[in-house]
Amino acid sequence: MDNGLPKNKAELDARFTELYRAHLRDVYSYSYYRVGNHHDAEDLTEQTFLQAYRHFERALRESDGRPLRPWLIRIAHNLAANFYRDRSRKPETAIEDASMISAPHTTESLVEGREELASILAGVAELPDDRREALIMRFALGMDNREIARALGRTDGATKVLLHRAIRQLEEIVTETSAGDGPSADGDSK
Amino acid sequence: MSADATDFEALLREALAPIDPPADLARRLEVTLVNLTELAQEELESWELSAMRDPRNWVRPAAAALLGASAGTALVLVRVRARHRARKQQTGNLLELAERTMHDIADEARRVLPGA
Repeated sequence: MDNGLPKNKAELDARFTELYRAHLRDVYSYSYYRVGNHHDAEDLTEQTFLQAYRHFERALRESDGRPLRPWLIRIAHNLAANFYRDRSRKPETAIEDASMISAPHTTESLVEGREELASILAGVAELPDDRREALIMRFALGMDNREIARALGRTDGATKVLLHRAIRQLEEIVTETSAGDGPSADGDSK
Repeated sequence: MSADATDFEALLREALAPIDPPADLARRLEVTLVNLTELAQEELESWELSAMRDPRNWVRPAAAALLGASAGTALVLVRVRARHRARKQQTGNLLELAERTMHDIADEARRVLPGA
């Protein structure tokens, strides 16, 4: 019976290449927004794919045909956690290069728009880790609730609540910052 | 959902736009992955089965089999080999060269392999 699993090493490698090409940008984006600079994001991306390669066969067997992106992002998530633990550092604000914010704007809203986006990015960096990650997965990677739940090891319901609270807290931070009060230090973190 | 909330989510989507990886990262990763699959294969193929009669020859094929199972280990070897080649051209002292190569292996293993 054909269970969709690779029959030999060559097929396994071909499947891994497909996975790598399909999700390199996802892993890099996630890594960048987690660590806040390109140098460490490259390291994290490289380590993620090497780790994924080591466990790919088992992941395919256990995935039961489900997409492997949440598994891949979970690897990056775990490596990023080790990265901070080993180096005892906190994530940097993810605006190393403001020119990255390259979404189209009308001429008159260009400056104001960029400030708003920069303020949102700074707010994201203020969020608790789980909320920040959920937002990165949803908005940078376009993952749905189910994918995010699998990547974070939570239920779909808990993930929906997590996202809702993350957006609400971020809105509060951005509002307070733009009002000149500075970011909330004890925002709703549950 | 209110219009304000929709607007905020649109801004959030814009702020967290996906980031394209640098071209050299994609190239480097592809090369590493190709090396991983080819390296272990080459090590195994280069040894005739007959050579296995001599126990002194068991070490290399065993190492190659391990490489096939461990991408991190392969990466260590690739990096250490590159440094070893560079050093070999610079030094005439074999003992010093061997010592430095052992240090490289330990350093790379610590860097690449989790928990090493």
